[in-house]
Amino acid sequence: MASEKDDYILQMRHIDMFFPGVKALKDVTFNLKKGEIISLMGENGAGKSTLVKVLTGVYHKTNGEITFDGQKIEPTTPLASQEMGISTVYQEVNLCANLSVAENIYIGREPRGALGRIDWHTMQKNASDLLFRELGIDIDVTKELNFYPVAMQQMIAIARAIDTKCKVLILDEPTSSLSDKETERLFKIMRNLKSQGISIIFISHFLEQIYTICDRITVLRDGTYVGEYEIKNLPRIELVSKMMGKEVKEGEIESNVDKSIPRDNIFLETEHVTVPGKVKDLTMDIKSGEVVGFAGLLGSGRSEIAETLFGTLLKTSGNIYIHGTSVSVKTPMDMMKNRIAFCPEDRKVQGIIGDLSVRENIILAMQAKNGMFKHMPRSRQNKLADYYIDLLRIKVSDREQLIKNLSGGNQQKVIIARWLATEPNLLILDEPTRGIDVGTKSEIEALAVSLAKEKGMAVIFISGEMGEMVRTCSRVMVIRDHEKITELNGDEISTAHIMQAIAGDYHGKSC
Amino acid sequence: MHSKFFSNLVASQNFPFYVTGALFLILFGIGSVMFDSFFSLQVFLNLFIDNAPLIIVTVGITFTILSGFGGIDLSVGAVVSLSCMTLAVLMRDTSISPYVCMAIVLLIGIVVGLVNGLLITYFRLQPFIVTLGTMFLCRGFTAILSRDSVPISNDAYSELAFYSFEFGEYFLSLGSVIALSMVVIATLILRYTSFGRGVYAIGGNEQSARLMGLKTDSIRVRVYIISGFCAALGGICYSWIMLSGYTLHGLGMEMDAIASSVIGGTQLMGGVGFMPGTLLGVMIQGTILTIISFQGTLSAWWTKIVVGLLLCLFIVMQALVNSHKNKLMNQIAEGSVKADKK
Repeated sequence: MASEKDDYILQMRHIDMFFPGVKALKDVTFNLKKGEIISLMGENGAGKSTLVKVLTGVYHKTNGEITFDGQKIEPTTPLASQEMGISTVYQEVNLCANLSVAENIYIGREPRGALGRIDWHTMQKNASDLLFRELGIDIDVTKELNFYPVAMQQMIAIARAIDTKCKVLILDEPTSSLSDKETERLFKIMRNLKSQGISIIFISHFLEQIYTICDRITVLRDGTYVGEYEIKNLPRIELVSKMMGKEVKEGEIESNVDKSIPRDNIFLETEHVTVPGKVKDLTMDIKSGEVVGFAGLLGSGRSEIAETLFGTLLKTSGNIYIHGTSVSVKTPMDMMKNRIAFCPEDRKVQGIIGDLSVRENIILAMQAKNGMFKHMPRSRQNKLADYYIDLLRIKVSDREQLIKNLSGGNQQKVIIARWLATEPNLLILDEPTRGIDVGTKSEIEALAVSLAKEKGMAVIFISGEMGEMVRTCSRVMVIRDHEKITELNGDEISTAHIMQAIAGDYHGKSC
Repeated sequence: MHSKFFSNLVASQNFPFYVTGALFLILFGIGSVMFDSFFSLQVFLNLFIDNAPLIIVTVGITFTILSGFGGIDLSVGAVVSLSCMTLAVLMRDTSISPYVCMAIVLLIGIVVGLVNGLLITYFRLQPFIVTLGTMFLCRGFTAILSRDSVPISNDAYSELAFYSFEFGEYFLSLGSVIALSMVVIATLILRYTSFGRGVYAIGGNEQSARLMGLKTDSIRVRVYIISGFCAALGGICYSWIMLSGYTLHGLGMEMDAIASSVIGGTQLMGGVGFMPGTLLGVMIQGTILTIISFQGTLSAWWTKIVVGLLLCLFIVMQALVNSHKNKLMNQIAEGSVKADKK
């Protein structure tokens, strides 16, 4: 046991970390051996970046202890941990765009000339030597950083990190903006550093990359520690199930709701729609009367696709067709006029207006669509509100109750009512059941199906809960890394298949 | 090829400096064509002599603007006034040596800057509102010292005020020499010290600067100390011109300093600017004033009108330059223009 302990360059034990009001990390353990490449895995919000920032002294842990190189440490500032030998390349490029490339590599530790002045000439020479020697990049280092594309900036950040004498190198999503060739080059550098005895923490959404380069994996979920595994003992499908906290049971029949059958006419179609960094080359169609699910890990881009369809994100290329005619989308209003409605993921932030009554919240979207100054008689407002309160069985004392006093489930129903009032042809429900009690949950699921079935509405249903998708959707599109990787139809739809597809082991009958 | 050269020129970091320089030459040229005796070295040197306090104050305020996070120091004008009044009162009521008085005044400036810096940095308060507060405070203290104008009649001090460096038939005042030295020193600090580069770094992206291991808080506090010090030094030079203390001295000087800094190419969002440019910014204002005084019939307020127009023009130019840069960057990102290889 003792000898094994010596192998560890870094151990973090029982780490707790609070943000105001939220416990971001709960009793997390993390071990890193000398000269290994380990991956921190978890969905968005699992606490990967938070753990890294605790280690680098950006955030301060509430409890727990960190042992680095045989000594207990208390990282207080990024500078302190950098000096101890922990270098980091953060998720977003953390450089100063207004400074030159050379400065971005050397700021804080510039080479000095006579009288302690910064020796620009040496700095620039060192910078271009370093970039060329380590990364094979040949660029003008005197130019400002913002003249270079993000991928190049990422490489510059890596150059900065590996030039400081480090024992542990942390790479937080370094490959998200790199091309395959650049990624390959990065892997070569990583292997080289590993052979020098440097330990690397590699965070990435790309499972392929993890399995190519890493030795071990530590999995986090909702800020808690799930476990650490040798990569050869952990098949991808199990990794996905550990990240999501769901067991995979092959051949389980979960669908008991009578699903809706798609009608013949295609309502909406997209063709190579791209939003840089958010949606990658999306081609799909949605028929009237069908419930389509977007499945994927948190952060896979499923919500971004919804936002693109609604016009809150703007595509840079590709086409969107509605009823076969191309539409130009500049604002959500354009899509509302095309009868698309969108219930966003975070109802507190994007949805409800707490200090307005249930009635006012229901008529809000319709009012916006009709024009703010068009008066709607109070009697009609009342009738509409009552109709939807009744239809969705919203539990309220009366329609003038303030929405902030309702339960989460009922708030969600009000938001759905708001969009139903606009009489949409396509209703997008992004995580409609999050934080809602089980009874209301199944009510909302049933509602989605019945809207499609009876009114011929097209419904997009996004949920992190696989079971829910399996129960309600007649078609599931699997999203990974902002890309649609496959579609599952009819009987193919099961939790196991969806998770296999996310892990990259299942490609569906139709593909 | 020609348009590529122009496009790179616009995108270069020194473009605003070139524009300001060209504008100064044009204005000076206009003056020379309009008036016979305008084109002389002494008229040019007078720009430094008359504007020495403003140059020094602008150097300080440029540091604060460069440091980002809404950086500004509105208290400088009031510190100028407080400095003049402190000097006048100390020399009237005590027998302290004028040199010690000046040291005291500089110390007051440093303390005001320190207070500004600490409040802004450690409480994350908006520089605008913090320095507005110290502005009222300093102006108030000035009035408490005396509400009337207090003349300075110390002989040794007057000697300093009238001291001039003569070469041939031309001369420079002590204040103007100090002002030019400040510009040079500030330029060197910003270019050749890690503190100076740190100012640009926190102005560009404070978060990144911190993650790269810079002591961002300490840098920001020092920036405001520099501004306070410059304001006090500007105040001393101002007292050499006025030889009195008065509550209305330096009124609105902070605004002239901000205008000069922006015309000189400093971007209000921080991180971009060139100290010699701000010197040109002051000289442009000075040239306009000189033209108006040569002309003789126009009101001095015309300076404000021209400066106002210039300010709007320069901010629009900054916006255009930035959008041009973005366009270039997008082109590079899309690969239609290869990032320059060496």
